[in-house]
Amino acid sequence: MNELAQRLGEYRGEIVTSIVETGAMLGWSLLAAVLIGLPMGTGMYLARRGGPKERGWLYSGLNGFVNVVRSVPFLLFVVALIPFTRWAVGTSFGTTAAAVPLSFVAVALYARWVEQTLVEIPRDTVELADSLGANTFQLVTRFLYPEARSGLVLSMTTVTISMISYSTIMGVVGGGGVGDFAIRYGYQRYEYDIMYVTIALIVVLVMLIQTFGTRLSMALDHRSR
Amino acid sequence: MIEFDQVTKSYTQPGARRAGSVHALHEVSLSVGESEIFGVVGESGSGKSTLLRMVNALELPSSGAVTVNGVNLAALRPRDRRAQRRRIGMVFQQFNLLANKTVLANVALPLNLHQRLGGLAERGLGPRRRPGAEAASADRAREMLDFVNMGAQASKHPAQLSGGEKQRVAIARALVNEPDILLCDEPTSSLDSQHTDEVMATLLRVRAEMGTSILLVSHELDVIRGACDRAAILESGRLTGIAEIARLQARESFDSYSERARKYLEGDQE
Repeated sequence: MNELAQRLGEYRGEIVTSIVETGAMLGWSLLAAVLIGLPMGTGMYLARRGGPKERGWLYSGLNGFVNVVRSVPFLLFVVALIPFTRWAVGTSFGTTAAAVPLSFVAVALYARWVEQTLVEIPRDTVELADSLGANTFQLVTRFLYPEARSGLVLSMTTVTISMISYSTIMGVVGGGGVGDFAIRYGYQRYEYDIMYVTIALIVVLVMLIQTFGTRLSMALDHRSR
Repeated sequence: MIEFDQVTKSYTQPGARRAGSVHALHEVSLSVGESEIFGVVGESGSGKSTLLRMVNALELPSSGAVTVNGVNLAALRPRDRRAQRRRIGMVFQQFNLLANKTVLANVALPLNLHQRLGGLAERGLGPRRRPGAEAASADRAREMLDFVNMGAQASKHPAQLSGGEKQRVAIARALVNEPDILLCDEPTSSLDSQHTDEVMATLLRVRAEMGTSILLVSHELDVIRGACDRAAILESGRLTGIAEIARLQARESFDSYSERARKYLEGDQE
């Protein structure tokens, strides 16, 4: 036990670095999820068949993008995206480069969640917005988002946790992060105890995020009280 | 005030082999006067909700024209149509209050929609609104809540209210823009009789004190008889008659539940 504590002390620098790397990858991808995934999912909800602003071609396009990104196995997706990544951020290696494919996945995942969350809102809410003379922007910001906010928070929580999982394999493009640390030190150097400690760290992190998300979503939800 | 001129609404039946269509309304003509409470009765599927939704152009006629104060909403550009809709209040069977907003915020909502890009300004992201606009709309919303006797519940959320209270809040919301016309789509159909009386008494006060024209759709004949001056009777989309409702009853006040129960149980149904 003492020996483990001593080795953890030795790796302290690497552990801190890897946590920062994971944080950066999560930060970029979740930012993309909010800035791109939220409008994209909203667009899918509006444009879908029977939606408030039905546009078949738009829905097909967005839906196709989401399906393609979500169905390609992630490791292959990372590799296949390398030319784009190099074009977008100037390099295909390192934490910033790793954030590119992660962002694609976060956008696609969150867009789908947003669409499904908005579908749950009673159709009457759209009718109300129409009867009050709201335009599409107002329909979304004044009616749909306020009513869906607890669901939007919960789905963002789920996406965050998925992104932690996806980020653990970003070592393949030098993305680093906690998962990469666990594999390099724990698995490849046969220091299994280090690996288990790291896994425990990730589990704790996930539990904290889930608890926070659930509490926040409950605080925002007045539908049943 | 509201004119229906030979209005027909037909839907193409989904999945129909031939290009056959179903008439929701068939050549309906009627007019509703200023400060009139006009009922529309009929069984479900008779087209009465379709008729109501044509007044604010939530549904557009297939032929014929609906005009409100001489304006044909169906012929307007979407933007102008939205502006016209803000002058027509609407009350729904299921109240349609936003669950995550307080009672006060629900009532103030139509006022805040007038401010363009209000949503961004509220979050400090866009141009600031007129100073005091928010406070003014809150004051106006409070005034309307007092009118429907819901002033004390302003900070509650809809889930904490009874059905009748929710519908009164919805009426306050519909009136907050001072519309000339109030459209009511089965406003009491999901309420028990006591709450129905509360809501109907409120609607009668709306007409008496604000002079608002009210178009009231309901399948409940008691409700129509107790509140309306005239009522259109619809059957399968056709107007079969307009009833002049006898002025014998005290229409300006609904009997309380216990009063009605006593009359009914003692056989006095006058």
